[in-house]
Amino acid sequence: MAPVLDLKALNTGFFTAAGEIPALRDVSFSLGRGEILGLVGESGSGKSLTGFSITRLIAAPGRVTGGEVLLHGQDLLRLGPEAMRRVRGAKVAMIFQDPMMTLNPVLRIGTQIRDALLAHERLGRAEVRARAIAALDQVGIPSPEARLKAYPHQLSGGMRQRVAIAIALLHAPDLVIADEPTTALDVTIQGQILALVQRLCRERGTALIWISHDLSVVAGLADRIAVMYAGRIVEIGAVDDLLDDPAHPYTQGLIASVPTPGRRQARLAQIPGRMPALTDLPPGCAFAPRCPRAQAACEAMPAMTPAGEGRMARCLYPLTGGAA
Amino acid sequence: MSGARPMAPAGSARDLAARFLADPGAALALAVFLGFCLLGFGAPLFAPQNPYDLTQVDILDSLMPPGSESFTGMTYWLGTDGQGRDMLSAMLYGIRISLIVGLLSGLLALAFGTLVGLTAAYRRGWVDTLLMRIVDLQLSFPTILVALILLVILGRGVDKIIFALVVVQWAYFARTVRGVALVESAREYVDAARGLRLGGLRILFGHILPNCLPTMLVVGTMQMAMAISLEATLSFLGLGLPPTRPSLGLLIANGFDYLQSGRYWISVLPGLVLLAIIISANVLGDRLRDVLNPKL
Amino acid sequence: MAEFIIRRALQALLVLLVMTLLVFFGVNVIGNPVYIFASSECDQACLTAIIEDLGLDRPIWQQYLTFLGNLLQGDLGKSFTHGIPALALIFERLPATLELAFAALVLALGAGLPLGIYAGLRPEGWGAKLIMAFSMVAFSLPVFWIGLIMILVFSVQLGWMPSVGRGETVDLGGLELSFLTLDGLHHLVMPALTLSLIMMAMVIRLARAGMREVLFSDYIKFARASGIRESRILGVHLLKNILIPIVTVLGMEFGGVIAFAVVVESIFSWPGVGKMLIDAIAVLDRPLIVAYLIFVVFMFVILNLLVDILYSVLDPRIRFGGQER
Repeated sequence: MAPVLDLKALNTGFFTAAGEIPALRDVSFSLGRGEILGLVGESGSGKSLTGFSITRLIAAPGRVTGGEVLLHGQDLLRLGPEAMRRVRGAKVAMIFQDPMMTLNPVLRIGTQIRDALLAHERLGRAEVRARAIAALDQVGIPSPEARLKAYPHQLSGGMRQRVAIAIALLHAPDLVIADEPTTALDVTIQGQILALVQRLCRERGTALIWISHDLSVVAGLADRIAVMYAGRIVEIGAVDDLLDDPAHPYTQGLIASVPTPGRRQARLAQIPGRMPALTDLPPGCAFAPRCPRAQAACEAMPAMTPAGEGRMARCLYPLTGGAA
Repeated sequence: MSGARPMAPAGSARDLAARFLADPGAALALAVFLGFCLLGFGAPLFAPQNPYDLTQVDILDSLMPPGSESFTGMTYWLGTDGQGRDMLSAMLYGIRISLIVGLLSGLLALAFGTLVGLTAAYRRGWVDTLLMRIVDLQLSFPTILVALILLVILGRGVDKIIFALVVVQWAYFARTVRGVALVESAREYVDAARGLRLGGLRILFGHILPNCLPTMLVVGTMQMAMAISLEATLSFLGLGLPPTRPSLGLLIANGFDYLQSGRYWISVLPGLVLLAIIISANVLGDRLRDVLNPKL
Repeated sequence: MAEFIIRRALQALLVLLVMTLLVFFGVNVIGNPVYIFASSECDQACLTAIIEDLGLDRPIWQQYLTFLGNLLQGDLGKSFTHGIPALALIFERLPATLELAFAALVLALGAGLPLGIYAGLRPEGWGAKLIMAFSMVAFSLPVFWIGLIMILVFSVQLGWMPSVGRGETVDLGGLELSFLTLDGLHHLVMPALTLSLIMMAMVIRLARAGMREVLFSDYIKFARASGIRESRILGVHLLKNILIPIVTVLGMEFGGVIAFAVVVESIFSWPGVGKMLIDAIAVLDRPLIVAYLIFVVFMFVILNLLVDILYSVLDPRIRFGGQER
């Protein structure tokens, strides 16, 4: 089956007086209908920027400089502004990290839903109201009629995130990009939101990119995981394979630093050092300076190579898989 | 302030001066402002006649356009006004009055406002609350309104307009100085000074006050420009200075009556000088803020 | 909401009380009250009569209470020159001033908002730099100087604009208004523009700063990601957010506009309360002067109250006593 989204060698840079800072390099993955991809990495690894590159909402001085973003085979990078607007919200929707900041503080919930509805459909007042109520109901907001009149600050963080999810799903998009939507919430609310998004996407066959710095959140949710480091994907594969048997040393480090109940006594492993700044990237593997397995050959950039079935890793000396 | 700009290194006065003058606009503004200060304070030296001395003024020479020659052979380079006064001389003396009023009221407001701001920051508690409430109340009224009310009650006079200008300006200084002083007193060097068991007043005046100076300088320059402008406005309305001490504003007011008949020079020339002084002072303040980078 | 309004109203009342105290003591302690209530031709007998009439032999707090009592009944004394109650005179002149001030407000918002928004959208362009330079100059120039140059250029040199008076007015329910006739509008343009420049400069700065802040907020990104049209985002989602500080500042500055109207009215001979004040000062019509001061303070405090309420209507976070962002 043709993929919903096919990202091919996406490059994004920030243009400053000192020249281009490479923020994303050679980011490629594809996503089938209803598939959930967890996009994992530290802050600054480019995971959020990947989301904004897909929807072409990068703020200046950032710009996509190369590659293709194919949505059902159509390259979004070639669309004009109005055509792109018709994609946003209708075919590709986004949910953001901080529910306190994603809703406009001075507009009623009902107004914000109405604007999002009317952006893509011609509807009468009654229809707008019915659709808005249905959308709020669907994300589990009690007494939705009353909520339409509310302002964002009158709702709790969890409720606000539900409203944002309702808005994102209004037009049954093919793809939802969720940028750490649970990070700012309480742990119990996190679980509810996670389950809600998972259920809604599964029901409708919506593909989902779930961006997170937290491997444990993604582990329970995603079908596949892509690990990003310094603007590149370093490993991608099915969630169980990747977690049980990581190929890239960075993935292994990430897994080892997640606390698990079974290893209570053991000391958490840490990756020594820190991610290099984007302005100061080594020409080869960006992880090499921190990598226990690095050798002289790592000073040249390794390509993504197959590392087992349906898996790719950007490593010359992977821990498992074909190249071992 | 913009976070991108690196904090000013604790440079010497020469460093600061060099950076200040690096901007050609600021250098020009400084030259213009200092030039007017020189002309104003040296008015008795430069002025062809003493415009206050009625024996030197000939009413027959009134309303002559710039470049005219008087009966006695003297040239009125900038023309004469309704009473036959040489405009050039009147303007030089006017610059002097305007600058004196602006500088003096600015300095007095600075001193008083700083005292109040430091007291509030130092005493904290109810003293702080009370003083800042007064400041808020004062700032909630438009400056021109307060000055207008005061001058209506007090009448005309150099001392009265300076008093009115101090009243409308002190609150700005008090609020900014208090803000800076609060930030500074939370810093390590104040703790260190406390550790050395220096007295409170010594910490206040020896350590906190010097660190408020850049802010005071910037606010002071801007306020001085405002004071000059406000004095001119009030004098234009006939509320500020007495007719015996014509400032630039009063000269403009005098010329206003002749504007309709096309005798533009009586109003426009002092107006241009006023403009140059106010704009150059504003540019100076802007540049000072960039160079000193105080936390405004 | 009701509680909020009551609380603010009480605060305003307190400020008013303080201000009447200040004006009263300003007049009675700093100045000589006899001279304020006596005409300049008053002889000794007349002065004694006034002292008794005003009760100046009584303790000062009693005098203040009498003053306050008269004030509450709307009695601010009689104008010498016009021979009618000062308050009636003020109300007769007020529509002209208010018309001028509102016209200035409309001009400041109508021109300042688009200019500021434009400068905020493209802060690096030469257009934005030009707009900001204009706002800096308009902000620092004395109002009377701008009016003067306008008269010189547009009235004296070009002869396009009238420089004196209101022109033809229309009586609308007891209000004399200029802007409804072509001639009146013609007379209104220059004074209103002169008066609006400071406000316009302020609106430009605030709109630009607001744009820079709101433009990069998550909720605008979210609105874009939802495919909402750029015109709708700009006209509603952004505008409503940047209008809040602008309305507040304009409301607070409106009192300043009334005060600056004194300057503009006397330049353009606009027959409002400001011109009345300057004329009253020239002939030492003291009751009228005091009445004006009290009246302006009153109006100013009430304006501030209205702004607070309007602000709370615009910003739901304040209206419902919600938490800070």
